[in-house]
Amino acid sequence: MNNPGPTLSDFGHDPLWISIIKAVAIFVFLMLGVLFGVWTERKLISRMQHRYGPNRAGKFGLLQSVADGLKMGLKEDLMPRTVDKVIYFLAPVVIAVPAFLAFSVIPFGPMVWMFGHKTPLQLTDLPVAVLLVLATASIGVYGIVLAGWGSRSPYAILGGLRSSAQVVSYEIAMGLSFVAVFLKAGTLSTSEIVAKQAGGGTWDIFGMHIPTPSWYVFSLIPSFLIYAVTMLGETNRVPFDLPEGEGELVGGFHTEYSSSLKFAMFMLAEYVNVFTVSAMAITLFLGGWRAPWPISLWDGANTGWWPMLWFFAKLALAFAFFVWVRASLPRVRYDQLMAFGWKVLIPLNLGWILLAATLQALRLPESNRNGILAFGAVVVIAGLGIWLRFDTVNQRRREARAAEVEEEFEQLREEPAAGGFPVPPLDLPHYHGVVPSARAPKEEVTSGSN
Amino acid sequence: MGESITFWVLAVVSVIAALGLVFSRRAVYSALMLGVVMLSLAVLYAVQDAPFLAAVQIIVYTGAVMMLFLFVLMLVGVDSSDSLVETIRGQRFWAIVAGLGFAALLGLGIGNTLIAAPKGLAVANQNGNVPSLAELIFTRHVFAFEVTSALLITAALGAMVLAHRERTEPKPTQRDLSRARFVEFGRHGKNPAPLPGPGTYARHNAIDMPALLPDGTVSPLSVNRVIARHEAEEGTLAPEVAQILQQEEEGK
Repeated sequence: MNNPGPTLSDFGHDPLWISIIKAVAIFVFLMLGVLFGVWTERKLISRMQHRYGPNRAGKFGLLQSVADGLKMGLKEDLMPRTVDKVIYFLAPVVIAVPAFLAFSVIPFGPMVWMFGHKTPLQLTDLPVAVLLVLATASIGVYGIVLAGWGSRSPYAILGGLRSSAQVVSYEIAMGLSFVAVFLKAGTLSTSEIVAKQAGGGTWDIFGMHIPTPSWYVFSLIPSFLIYAVTMLGETNRVPFDLPEGEGELVGGFHTEYSSSLKFAMFMLAEYVNVFTVSAMAITLFLGGWRAPWPISLWDGANTGWWPMLWFFAKLALAFAFFVWVRASLPRVRYDQLMAFGWKVLIPLNLGWILLAATLQALRLPESNRNGILAFGAVVVIAGLGIWLRFDTVNQRRREARAAEVEEEFEQLREEPAAGGFPVPPLDLPHYHGVVPSARAPKEEVTSGSN
Repeated sequence: MGESITFWVLAVVSVIAALGLVFSRRAVYSALMLGVVMLSLAVLYAVQDAPFLAAVQIIVYTGAVMMLFLFVLMLVGVDSSDSLVETIRGQRFWAIVAGLGFAALLGLGIGNTLIAAPKGLAVANQNGNVPSLAELIFTRHVFAFEVTSALLITAALGAMVLAHRERTEPKPTQRDLSRARFVEFGRHGKNPAPLPGPGTYARHNAIDMPALLPDGTVSPLSVNRVIARHEAEEGTLAPEVAQILQQEEEGK
């Protein structure tokens, strides 16, 4: 049942042709994934919005993205006159290539027999595999910046700057949310992080042995929640798709790329990036290719080629989460987005890392537990003290503000035109001759309260 | 074998990129060339069995530092050139002194590694690449790293202090702005709503089509003056738009 899977020493022994098979398989998987990912997204979001979505090309509209792809490939490739030609041409390549690279360290399954060779279902692994994913993401940002700058258009450059500032900021919070995983797993290699999520420990309470869940999503839930937010920001998806705020910036950094093959590259990179962050979430927090609980009771669940199925199922669910979020949430304002990233996610993350590190240190057999606990108590009491102090200040501010608003309402009830506000004549027919202020006062409803 | 092929390919790429960095006339191209040099360095580190250093080189230098350079270059402007007037007195002299000092330091460091017998990667990476590096950073070189981080934080704080502006009045919120618009409407009758988009209620959805009001007349607020001027020159200006512009002219 607990097949721990490959470790770092299992990599690097493949003959060249097996590596090539794996690389081609990943490439084909991602290309097909994008084709059907676009279809899934359009279909799912239309059902959420009570419409049918694409249903003309092929059965259930399955061939719609193929048709769109062909159209993009065959359209005339417009090159605006003033663009910087080299950079304009380079940007789609720079954004698409690193997106594919990141998938080389994602574990799809355990050791399997492939044409007479025993090999892990993963192209390669490094002692720093997770950092490699961050590195490829930071190269991908160049594509955005260059597309914006090379287009020589105000919309494009503003969109490019916005988008890259957003990705760079959310990458910090994302990197920090990995730290707790590294602390707990003691490794940065993806295959070993999956292996560490194989079996949970037991919790001894009054002689009872309660098995604890092994996936890090349970033990490191704050990290996972922060990661789930940052993966939306990192991929420029709704509700953080500011770079293409149509009302303000037209198409953002790809405004000048007409819907030709170059635009298709941007689209491809966006979806591959969504798959990458989902696959990272699965690998780091959701047990990787391991079967979820009821299935994992079956002994063969984590052996052979089965785990690939669990991995794909998890990937599809993670993608459906992206679509669900897109269907539910409106776009946030840009300053709110940046303030949320820098002032909420990063400090929360740092605090949680301190806590996680302390808990981890408590588990070490040679640690001085009483010393750590005493230090922790001092920190907690000091933190509480600071919070209470500032909370009373905030409380007083809130009360003062509420009193001010109440006073204003009182004044407006007496004299609706106070302060120069325009009000309709108060003896209109539908008031039935009753001046509104003379009627029973109604609860004031502010905007945004539904 | 693989290592030497990688080296010779990257040597050509990074030398060409470095030359391009120096001789390129556009600042953005120079920055991009520097990015290529940094990436080549990262690949060389990876080939030399230093995967952690390679990843960090890309994340920190290519991803963060270079990105900052690019941001500044793009915000400053496309074709701005540097002023070549030296404002610091004795700048050249001290630059030469610092350069010589740095060259001496570099020579000493490289000479040190050449004279002493190398330990070899196997010894250095005995506990794995990342743990060995972590041990060195957090024990032997901890002071150097702390000092560097203090320096960086000081620089960041200094930048914040220089760029800081004290607010003299509270920042108006959306609520305040909305109230101000309606007070303005009550006093002077200024329309509190946004300007109508072109083509509203019209049979065409284009920027040169004025919006129609519900009674079918043209909304003067939606007439694009720049396009109207071009159209007047070409003689394609719609008569009702021309009439509105005429009235406005007379109103002045």
